[in-house]
Amino acid sequence: MTNHWIDIKNSDCILIMGSNAAENHPISFKYVTQAMEKGAKLINVDPRFTRTSSKADIYTALRSGTDIAFLGGMIKYILENNLYNHEYTAAYTNAPFIVGEAYGFKDGLFAGYTKNEEGPSAGSYDKSKWAFEMDANGVPKLDRTLKNKKTVFQLMKEHYSRYDLDTVSKVTGTPKEDLIEVYKTYAATGKTGKAGTIMYAMGWTQHTVGTQNIRTMAMIQLMLGNMGVAGGGVNALRGESNVQGSTDHCLLWHIWPGYLKTPRASNNSLEAYNKKWTPKSQDPLSANWWQNYPKYSVSLLKSFFGKTATKDNQFGYNWLPKVDDGSVYSWFDIFDSMYKGDVKGFFAWGQNPACSGSNASKVRKSMEELDWMVNVNIFDNETGSFWKGPGTDASKIKTEVFMLPAAVSVEKEGSITNSGRWMQWRYQGPKPLGNSRPDGDIIMELGQRIKEAYKKGGGVFKDPIVNLKWDYETNGAYDPHKAAKEINGYFTKDVTVKGKLCKKGTLVPSFAWLQTDGSTSSGNWLYCNSYTEKGNMSARRSQQDAPNNIGLYPEFAWCWPVNRRIIYNRASVDPKGRPWDKKDWVIKFAGEEKDGKYVSKKWIGDVPDGGWYPLENPDGSKRKDSKHPFIMRKHGFGQIFGPGRADGPFPEHYEPLECPVEKNSFSSQMVNPTAVVYNTKADAHATCDPRFPFVGTTYRVSEHWQTGLMTRPQPWLMELQPNMFVEMSEELAKLRGIKNGERVNVTSARSSVECTAIVTKRFKPFKIGYATVHQVGVPWHYGWRWPATGTEESANLLTPSAGDPNTRIPETKAFMVNVTKL
Amino acid sequence: MKLDRRDFIKISGATAAGIAVSGLGFDLKQVKSHAGMLKTRYAKESTTICCYCAVGCGAIVHTSKRGDGRVMNIEGDPDHVINQGSLCSKGSSIKQLVENENRLTEPMYRAPYSDKWQTVSWDWALNNIADRVKKTRDESFEKTNAKGQTVNRTTKIASVGSAALDNEECWIYQSLMRSLGLVYIEHQARI
Repeated sequence: MTNHWIDIKNSDCILIMGSNAAENHPISFKYVTQAMEKGAKLINVDPRFTRTSSKADIYTALRSGTDIAFLGGMIKYILENNLYNHEYTAAYTNAPFIVGEAYGFKDGLFAGYTKNEEGPSAGSYDKSKWAFEMDANGVPKLDRTLKNKKTVFQLMKEHYSRYDLDTVSKVTGTPKEDLIEVYKTYAATGKTGKAGTIMYAMGWTQHTVGTQNIRTMAMIQLMLGNMGVAGGGVNALRGESNVQGSTDHCLLWHIWPGYLKTPRASNNSLEAYNKKWTPKSQDPLSANWWQNYPKYSVSLLKSFFGKTATKDNQFGYNWLPKVDDGSVYSWFDIFDSMYKGDVKGFFAWGQNPACSGSNASKVRKSMEELDWMVNVNIFDNETGSFWKGPGTDASKIKTEVFMLPAAVSVEKEGSITNSGRWMQWRYQGPKPLGNSRPDGDIIMELGQRIKEAYKKGGGVFKDPIVNLKWDYETNGAYDPHKAAKEINGYFTKDVTVKGKLCKKGTLVPSFAWLQTDGSTSSGNWLYCNSYTEKGNMSARRSQQDAPNNIGLYPEFAWCWPVNRRIIYNRASVDPKGRPWDKKDWVIKFAGEEKDGKYVSKKWIGDVPDGGWYPLENPDGSKRKDSKHPFIMRKHGFGQIFGPGRADGPFPEHYEPLECPVEKNSFSSQMVNPTAVVYNTKADAHATCDPRFPFVGTTYRVSEHWQTGLMTRPQPWLMELQPNMFVEMSEELAKLRGIKNGERVNVTSARSSVECTAIVTKRFKPFKIGYATVHQVGVPWHYGWRWPATGTEESANLLTPSAGDPNTRIPETKAFMVNVTKL
Repeated sequence: MKLDRRDFIKISGATAAGIAVSGLGFDLKQVKSHAGMLKTRYAKESTTICCYCAVGCGAIVHTSKRGDGRVMNIEGDPDHVINQGSLCSKGSSIKQLVENENRLTEPMYRAPYSDKWQTVSWDWALNNIADRVKKTRDESFEKTNAKGQTVNRTTKIASVGSAALDNEECWIYQSLMRSLGLVYIEHQARI
């Protein structure tokens, strides 16, 4: 979230699309309700009428997988009716940038496309074709009037001119009058002083166009001046208590803690690595915050290897693994490789891939190819016990499995980070049950034993293992405070920074103090400031709000970066530093003024996104010592044109890999031309196939969580939601002769799952052109291990091995199925 | 009088609505206040953050100071600025997650081709895992790739997890995995 949960109350219009907040993030609705009590409008767009819909001022449905068409239509509406925020768009976004001559778009393809002959990626782009034009100083050329035909603004207008109401309605199945009502209501937040927010979740990410679903909305938020302001932003409702923190600390193949890049094989030295990934801007008004990259990478290496990381050994850079340039090592690729027998050892630590991975049959089958598996969890699960799952013969499965019992969160101490980036400390209540242990203890002890084995017995390339800093213990037990301090970082020698002597062994106050010479460590620069000499910031409990009284609660817990509660907040003020919204302001410039000029620097409210002077003085003269507000972008502007994405700088509608229509109404490119699709014999797909006539989607219920492993073994929650089910419209039930409560089979090209039919008015057939399209929904909370009957199985047995080209997140929200009586 | 859970919910719901004396003929006020005292007099209080979704609601854990030292009650934290005491159906049932007879309480091992689990000691389990890691890593370690570039990695070991770990655990876990040369490191955020 660019903003945070409480901030939703400051919104004037809340769009909930791609999520079902009322059921899946129930407490968030406290703030949706508060906003509505103050007059905010709630819009909900969802293929199914949910509890969120029941609270909405406006509800309408769309067919799964057509969000870009829906939102592309909104962009057209905003532009045609002149409803965008002119001042904000011209000042803070890249709408005035001039795009180079090489850019083009024709019939669904952007300039620079090449179809791939092999591998899971269907094709790729030469992104140099999408570059901006630069002036003689290497600064992007701008036309702030937005009239030049090559501006981002005009190209956007042209691109979305095709998204007319008729075509959008035909593709989405949403009635035209509903489209207009949603567009008009949301676009009203373009007015200065008004804020609109988006609450989305996996309903947007789990598509072959997932990233671009979100980008379309980000473009709308920028055009309407909704970024950086209270009650605005782009807000992903993350589904797991610490999925934000685990992402920040980068348990992901492509990034190192703090969103640094995993080194490529071609980055053959620390210097080459830093050079490659440190962006350069020639614009003195661009903060280009990532110019600090080497400070963060060197400090991270110091945290990895402690004293053994020295300037002479490039701080241990070459001890860490490199990935091949152009290769991808994602979830999909792990199981594809495992399926082919190329992975021998596997850790499933606090995760249940046998139910959570799309095309779960392939995932389960691949586990039979392993030599060994370590499964760490609170409960026995479908992953650890895969060898005795449905359809397996244990006597033919060679895999050794170690199943380790972990402690529950309340039995240990440490922090987690919520969706609003708040890091919050938890304390130990009871001791771990039986012989279970906190994950931290297990990790520490396993690390000790591996280190000992290499120290004693030698082994291949042992330096990184024996030199790994591994002292996060007190009295022989894992100490989360020591790890938390390492994440924050220390001064590793006496050093003078910003005119202040910083003593060796003291904690770094914030990432502005980090150095490139090894005199600082920091396990994650984004968390530098979270645990300082002043104490553990995440444990704070003050209920005092900030002076602007918008629910920032700056001394309750701690949030990254540097406790800034709303990021990009310098876009919440005009170029003179005055809030767009006078009432719910986030920050305001409070420096002294003399003769029409600012003469001293002071901001009040939230921690400003950089404390520079405003861009202009009160008399309108431009300042040379200011910075553009989008400081994490190379040029400092919000990106309406996104030249870094794999599938194009503007989002474009493509159909899901499996879809019910034979033609994409916007172009002759049926599916995202860069989508990722796997093709072993376990990866069947079927589109426009009469055997699978209905659109299928997955979702969640309030009473279960994710694969259900932390809810299915509980009596109360199981009593509330005991069965795997399929929800369908009354029309479809009639068509198939299915009665409410009957057991049915839901079948896709991959597999079949037995479900209890739930016949409701919440699904309605869609009118897609002249055709009627039915959609059904299945929750993905079940698996054979719990309940003990073994009959309630995972919805991911049905979902496909295909995904988004930027993230490789699977397309589990739109696929094709059949529903038949047992 | 014997009350089952549903009856109790009915009664306590009625008292919450302001009816002090229920139709059953006894005053629940005293029962409620005594119950309230139990958890403070005989329990240690600690704060926690809900382990389910990422709203980050606060809860208070009451752990028995006597007997088995287990959880007596978990409820919403009224002083937490986000949830102000509220919890959803899952958050309200965290006690059943902790105090649950289905939990794993011993390390277990499944041998190749076996059809059963056997209970093992932590010592045995961790030594054997360390041994497997070292063997697979050493046999598969790639110092250079097909182009001859230095890569120092293994693609024969993979790891998934976890958004269910604390921040500090995530950090030490990724550092251990990366020091071993793993590049197949993924978790819930990818799916």
